[in-house]
Amino acid sequence: MPRHVAVIMDGNVRWARQRGLPSSAGHEAGVRSLRELVELCCRWGVKVLTVFAFSYDNWVEVEFLMKLFEKSIKSELEGFISEGIRISMIGDSSRLPKTLQELVSDAEDRTKNNSNFQLIVAVSYSGKYDVVQACKSIAQKVKDDVVRRDDIDKSLIEQELETSCTDYPYPGILIRTSRELRVSNFLLWQLAYTEFFFVQTLWPDFGKAEFVDALTSFQQRKRRYGRRDS
Amino acid sequence: MVRYDDAGGAAATTPTQLLESLGSFMRRCLFRVLAVGPIPHHFAFIMDGNRRYAKKLNVEEGAGHKEGFSSLISVLKYCYELGVKYVTIYAFSIDNFQRKPAEVQNLMDLLLEKINELLKEQSIVNLYGIRVYFIGNLKFLSEPVRVAAEEVMMATARNSKVVLLVCLAYTSADEIVHAVQESCKNKSDESLAVNANQVSNGVINGAEKVEKIYSLTVPSIEESCKEKASRVCNGAIERVKGTEDINGATVCTDGVSCDYKSEAQALRAGRIGNGVTEGFEEKQGNNPIINLVDVEKHMYMAVAPDPDILMRSSGETRLSNFLLWQTSNCLLDSPAALWPEIGLWDLVWTVLNFQRNHSFLEKKKKQL
Repeated sequence: MPRHVAVIMDGNVRWARQRGLPSSAGHEAGVRSLRELVELCCRWGVKVLTVFAFSYDNWVEVEFLMKLFEKSIKSELEGFISEGIRISMIGDSSRLPKTLQELVSDAEDRTKNNSNFQLIVAVSYSGKYDVVQACKSIAQKVKDDVVRRDDIDKSLIEQELETSCTDYPYPGILIRTSRELRVSNFLLWQLAYTEFFFVQTLWPDFGKAEFVDALTSFQQRKRRYGRRDS
Repeated sequence: MVRYDDAGGAAATTPTQLLESLGSFMRRCLFRVLAVGPIPHHFAFIMDGNRRYAKKLNVEEGAGHKEGFSSLISVLKYCYELGVKYVTIYAFSIDNFQRKPAEVQNLMDLLLEKINELLKEQSIVNLYGIRVYFIGNLKFLSEPVRVAAEEVMMATARNSKVVLLVCLAYTSADEIVHAVQESCKNKSDESLAVNANQVSNGVINGAEKVEKIYSLTVPSIEESCKEKASRVCNGAIERVKGTEDINGATVCTDGVSCDYKSEAQALRAGRIGNGVTEGFEEKQGNNPIINLVDVEKHMYMAVAPDPDILMRSSGETRLSNFLLWQTSNCLLDSPAALWPEIGLWDLVWTVLNFQRNHSFLEKKKKQL
């Protein structure tokens, strides 16, 4: 079982259009899919789930998505606290409305000691942004003589990435729905050895059966990390 | 499937030669049809499956790698004939050094043999006018391999038709670490030079200081800007049309002007479909420690635009620390065939997928 699962939740708008519904309905259905996935992960021993809300129409619907995110945190927070779920956000939070920033910060604070399961939500995030901000922190440390330039190595970068909020920053599997065959600037450094699983299903239709398929495929793969088959 | 041997031809009887010519003619016709749609500018390959192929055929591992090399030559020829300008291959990862010493030695010997062959007159390099880059931390290689690689890079430096990037002793993590180290060194050298200028002039003047900083940074930006902006812009132009950013990119390609803002715009234009602004582009005058442009400038792969397609053979769907930075928006393809089995139809199928995705993305861009 992978300790860390990453998901690009793609296809909400297409799902809604197929049913003649407004895209907001698609996003709400997407939230239900996410809730189900969180429950399955908790039950099956996955420790971390990182999710990336993706849509080509992000710009148009960003206000709705922000409101939905706010509503979801408010309704789920007590449940997370009681179930020992930690919530974290990665991404450029300065771009969020002030109320949402405070809500997220409060939720992170109140759940920071939970250790059963961690849900990481990537909002206004890109893998390149994460690497660059890590590099900037390191460059500042070099400038301040805290770190020597020659001592810059992989583990120093890992420590500065936003995913250092978890003990398992490297997803074993990345699932992307709606059959887009690209990473779309989601995680970058963290995906070095991640198994990708691209599935035709649209995100609101992604459920237990599809998750089982993905996990089965993961378990069958031989992960060599550049070395020989055993 | 027509296969080319290492020397680029075959000792053949007339009927075989006729068949090969016919095959070549039909292939070129097929490529002309494909070229009606967009052709990827840069195609990257993870050549996976040589050892499994050898096992499948019950031959020794070395034979699998040799077949893999033949496959590579064919694929290169198809790509360049199709009109792909850049091809990148993952020849040897830093992780591969952890394999058994005997296997590593075999691979190094094969690499040295093939690198030396590239210097021969009738090699594929001269046939297609290929400029070759060896990308990676070359100091990890043994001296004969490193020296041979450097010789090939020098010998092909004037070729300009197409480019082959061979990733050797490479991982993305190492590339990024190296880029950060170089960026820090660059910034520190720049600020030392600025301080030296200020001391020699005896006066610190706000506007003068900004000019001095600018005059130091402009050459280094311009030098890499033209090449980088044109490569970024070429990729951007194919993927994003009809936007304001493209105008900035077009200006860069013409080389008429290439300021920091246009370059950043072109880079942003190249980042399609993620639906979020990165938020880390620096406004002029913020004086960052290092930024995106600094890191990108010092990547080993800064000599080429980002790949449009990354194909990994043998059905595995992972990047294995290959081009993580450069493939953030790249189409990923994983045909089931093992690398020595990869042929024309796998390429054609992937290009068709690329064209289909490309028109979908274009449609989405227009909707925004």
